[in-house]
Amino acid sequence: MSQPRLSFHRLWAIVLKEFIQMKRDRVTFGMMVGIPLMQLLLFGFAINSDPRHLPAAVHLADTGPFARTLVQALRTSEYFDVVHVAETDAETRRLLQLGEVQFVVNIPVDFTRRLLRGERPTVLIEADASDPAATGPALNAVAQLANTVFNRDLPGPLAHLQAQNGPVDFRIHAHYNPENITQYNVVPGLMGVVLTMTMVIITGLAITRERERGTMENLLATPVRPFEVMVGKILPYIVVGYIQVTLILLAARFIFHVPMVGSLPLLYAVSLLFIAANLAVGITFSTLAKNQLQAVQMAFFFFLPSILLSGFMFPFRGMPEWAQAIGSCLPNTHFLRIVRGILLKGNGLAEISPEIWPLVLFLAVAMTIGVTRYRQTLD
Amino acid sequence: MSASDLAIDVTGVTKRFGAKTVVDAIALQVRRGEIYGFLGPNGSGKTTFIRMLCGLLTPDAGSGTCLGFDLRTQQADIKRHVGYMTQKFSYYEDLSIRENLDFVARIYAIPDRRAAVQNSLARLGLEKRGDQLAGQLSGGWKQRLALAACLIHSPRLLLLDEPTAGVDPKARREFWEEIHQLAAGGLTVLITTHYMDEAERCHRLAYLAYGRLLAGGTLAEVLASARLFTWSVAGPDLHALAATLRGRPGVEQVTAFGNTLHVSGRDAAGLDATVAALRDPRHEWNRIPAGLEDVFIGLMDSAKDNFA
Repeated sequence: MSQPRLSFHRLWAIVLKEFIQMKRDRVTFGMMVGIPLMQLLLFGFAINSDPRHLPAAVHLADTGPFARTLVQALRTSEYFDVVHVAETDAETRRLLQLGEVQFVVNIPVDFTRRLLRGERPTVLIEADASDPAATGPALNAVAQLANTVFNRDLPGPLAHLQAQNGPVDFRIHAHYNPENITQYNVVPGLMGVVLTMTMVIITGLAITRERERGTMENLLATPVRPFEVMVGKILPYIVVGYIQVTLILLAARFIFHVPMVGSLPLLYAVSLLFIAANLAVGITFSTLAKNQLQAVQMAFFFFLPSILLSGFMFPFRGMPEWAQAIGSCLPNTHFLRIVRGILLKGNGLAEISPEIWPLVLFLAVAMTIGVTRYRQTLD
Repeated sequence: MSASDLAIDVTGVTKRFGAKTVVDAIALQVRRGEIYGFLGPNGSGKTTFIRMLCGLLTPDAGSGTCLGFDLRTQQADIKRHVGYMTQKFSYYEDLSIRENLDFVARIYAIPDRRAAVQNSLARLGLEKRGDQLAGQLSGGWKQRLALAACLIHSPRLLLLDEPTAGVDPKARREFWEEIHQLAAGGLTVLITTHYMDEAERCHRLAYLAYGRLLAGGTLAEVLASARLFTWSVAGPDLHALAATLRGRPGVEQVTAFGNTLHVSGRDAAGLDATVAALRDPRHEWNRIPAGLEDVFIGLMDSAKDNFA
């Protein structure tokens, strides 16, 4: 009468059943393919974190040649589209308030005169900092501009004005920490975000659905063991996870031309850990949740810090320490570093290993909680 | 009766949920090959008791065996040899009939799975509908599927929790034919029901109320043990007569059955005296044997006095 702890018959029965149910549930299946595609397009195309051609107004109080040169230089930088040349402060303030322009460049009355005297005239740039990510790169460009723009116009005896600090003092009215995010950074990061979202939600539903529909009672009355149910429910979604990874990598390569310096097999191998970790979280949630709605709510509870504190949205080192501590507990934080490391920096196993063991630890903890929480009886 | 003749042999089985005792010290012996009916009002503990028998719940007190396996320590063995049909349809509605059967067959690691599934479909006449989704089936067909699924691993004990609730009379009759055939083949069946006609189809039955076993035995034994005496009365103004009868000496139950009233009580002398006093030529009075329903309602009323 004795039997092995794990029966492959039973495990396989669950795996097959999950696949059939997945096939039947068109909406969920669509979500699994649709979410990566949608997020890729949104984050990859629509959300451009190095925006150019931002509308700007120039308040030109000085009509000297250097002022005009500066305006021209702003235009040619591609970051600014000078859509207004304003007459008064009130007008520029209104434009900024309405959001019709992102920047106002104020060139003071005695700009040319003070420049020639070497007094480093002040140019005030007012930025609409409500979206710092949008203004950051443009402001960086301004700083670059300042050093070089007048080089041609300040020849011979005036060359001493090409000081180290630049002949013009640009003052910027906006305080934030500009991170130079590019698609190269976003698209690989998206892999962790997409996997976290879909894997946790879908498996979060896996056991609550059985309970809600009453099929759990039947399952419990059979000889199936908790571990078999959990693994049987996880395996099919690992396949789904790999489909998502492949979709994102293909898009990264062929749509966004993200360089892939490192080893793809290594990336695929490490992805397994991350996918399994998220699935285990989902399964654990579904043993805690009373119904499917609660499971989805829990999944979002997990998803938000995974997207906000992992370094995907905001630079990890820019966060306060407590936020970094939370972030370090999340698998996505480590996976992001792994993916970016492998793809962009060409990291090998040795370089990514500090990020691997937190994933392993997380997976072990989540699995343990899940198996412990799953009851073999209805008690 | 030797122990090996008993499919179920338990004593003192008790289950509490919080402060509420749902099943209270039940002792039950069911012989192999027997169809045992379990009756009782909603919430009387029938489902909880069945769940303990099939290893879904662990009893708080009591002991015993199910198919010779210990109720507390050998739940895994019990699960392998028991077929349990839940009250609510609990197979996968998004799987087809065949897929559901195939799933169950895999879970139990049945050797020739394909043949087993095919046989199961054939025996219940579900062959042509094998590829239909279970969720699209009517109540009667769902019940047949559930029965087929919990028989696929050839269990030695079948636990059926209100299997015929919401099933039409013809399907119910066919269902009982099947149950009797299975029992004739040596399968033990424990079945809960609210229908009195079904109770009468069982070899033996038990009545459960407030978690306690109130009566048990064959139909005749249960009827006899109740010591209930019944008069049937036909004629005009039965509604008024019923109102007059209620509360009179010896009268415990007055129940309308179409054009007749059943008047029952355990005190035969008192009942007869009341009937004699109220008798008039407009009504036709007959002494009849007490029905199972009268007996059970009587049991429930007295149980309420004792426990509630």
